[in-house]
Amino acid sequence: MEFSVNHPVLYLIAGIVVAFVIAQSAFFLVKALRQARKLNMEAAVIRKTVFASALFSIAPAVSILVGVITLSQFLGLPLPWLRLSVLGAVTYELPAATLAASTMGATVTETITRAQTFSVIAWVMTAGILSGLILVLLGLKKIQGGMSRLGGKDRRWGQILSDSLFLGMISAFVGLLFAKVRLGLPGFIPIAVALVSALLMAVCGLLIKKLKWDWLTQYAMPISMLGAMALAIPITALMA
Amino acid sequence: MKEKQTSVALSPYQRSVHLHGRIWGWTALTLMLMVPLAISVYFNAWPPLTAVFKALLGVAPLYWTVGIIEVFTFVPMLGTGGSYLGFVTGNLTNLKVPAALNAMEAARVRAGTEEGDVISTIAIASSSIVTTVIIALGVLLLGSLQPLLESPALKPAFDNILPAMFGALGMVFISKNPKIAAAPLVFMVVLFLLVPSLSSSVSILVPVGAAIAIGVARVLYKKGLLGEGGKDSP
Repeated sequence: MEFSVNHPVLYLIAGIVVAFVIAQSAFFLVKALRQARKLNMEAAVIRKTVFASALFSIAPAVSILVGVITLSQFLGLPLPWLRLSVLGAVTYELPAATLAASTMGATVTETITRAQTFSVIAWVMTAGILSGLILVLLGLKKIQGGMSRLGGKDRRWGQILSDSLFLGMISAFVGLLFAKVRLGLPGFIPIAVALVSALLMAVCGLLIKKLKWDWLTQYAMPISMLGAMALAIPITALMA
Repeated sequence: MKEKQTSVALSPYQRSVHLHGRIWGWTALTLMLMVPLAISVYFNAWPPLTAVFKALLGVAPLYWTVGIIEVFTFVPMLGTGGSYLGFVTGNLTNLKVPAALNAMEAARVRAGTEEGDVISTIAIASSSIVTTVIIALGVLLLGSLQPLLESPALKPAFDNILPAMFGALGMVFISKNPKIAAAPLVFMVVLFLLVPSLSSSVSILVPVGAAIAIGVARVLYKKGLLGEGGKDSP
């Protein structure tokens, strides 16, 4: 069979996996929506959660698409499409593919032409990313049991513990904003964008509190994020 | 909304999520492994084992460790349904976890409660569907989209997705818990100022930040410096 990185069979394989991911998401969505009704959660809150999460995901999804395009220059479209639609991220897939290609004497600067090289890359990309999923499938119950014992019977401490986890993650990413300040003024662009986003969030918070704009609660995050991204364009023009 | 104590005894909903989560998860895992298998069979291109092992030796120690760390860090935030779904659909740090955190905060429910679990699952499922559909549409329409997506005018916007996301999330969570946030924030800022090359391993630093935050929170809590509901006292 003549091989090409954009062979129709590869599109078919990718399509099947992508359809499966959508089906699984839809299944869990319906299941959670039913449970929300049983718990008497407000329908408006649930509706807004769906729409706000969807809105929130548009910009990152487009950036993932840019990652697919980047990888497609040497892996073709179907494999990156598949790899970035399931467990994976461009920050992982690129190094994994580069390393796999190099063991077969290929580079990431040109399109893969040998089926065997492509096959090595596909195996490595897949096998390298599975540990988290396997651990969840084998041990989620036990891990959750252990975690809830850490929180213990003290409800307040349990809440502080989960807030602390969030803050650990946020602080790592806030720290990351400062990684390029040695480059001078352009290195401060991410910090400026984050500050603009925080400011937009604060304005939304004020509007919600003072004007009782409760509808804004769920949309404050996507609005702040997309607003800051749009303003990143003039900010970059000013500071770069 | 009433908050419930996380309990080791599982509710019928939780039990059913575990069952379905495992069925879908194992099927997903099998399907993922079928992909390279199908490529090898169809193109009659079996990989040399030494090449696969050599490449895996380069990626697996780091990425398998990161994967395991991610489970312990994200499971308490995502809840049961969110974890089963998130660990199949991927893009956790840059999309699913922030989406779940934001949704729980906006709906005023907490992680670890059944309501939190439901909201987190709804957020991750909605996010996964939108993301997968956008990527699929993008792949279909690539010819007409590529010039727009790669246009220099829009590049600064896409370069700044993470600052735009974590600026707003930071505003919410840091202003809620400034006392707990101070130490991990200072630590991370100083660390990245001193060692900028760590940017590529930010996911390894997430649990480090969490450990610092938990340590500080424990001390403050023991001293009675944290107010009701886990928030800093006013």
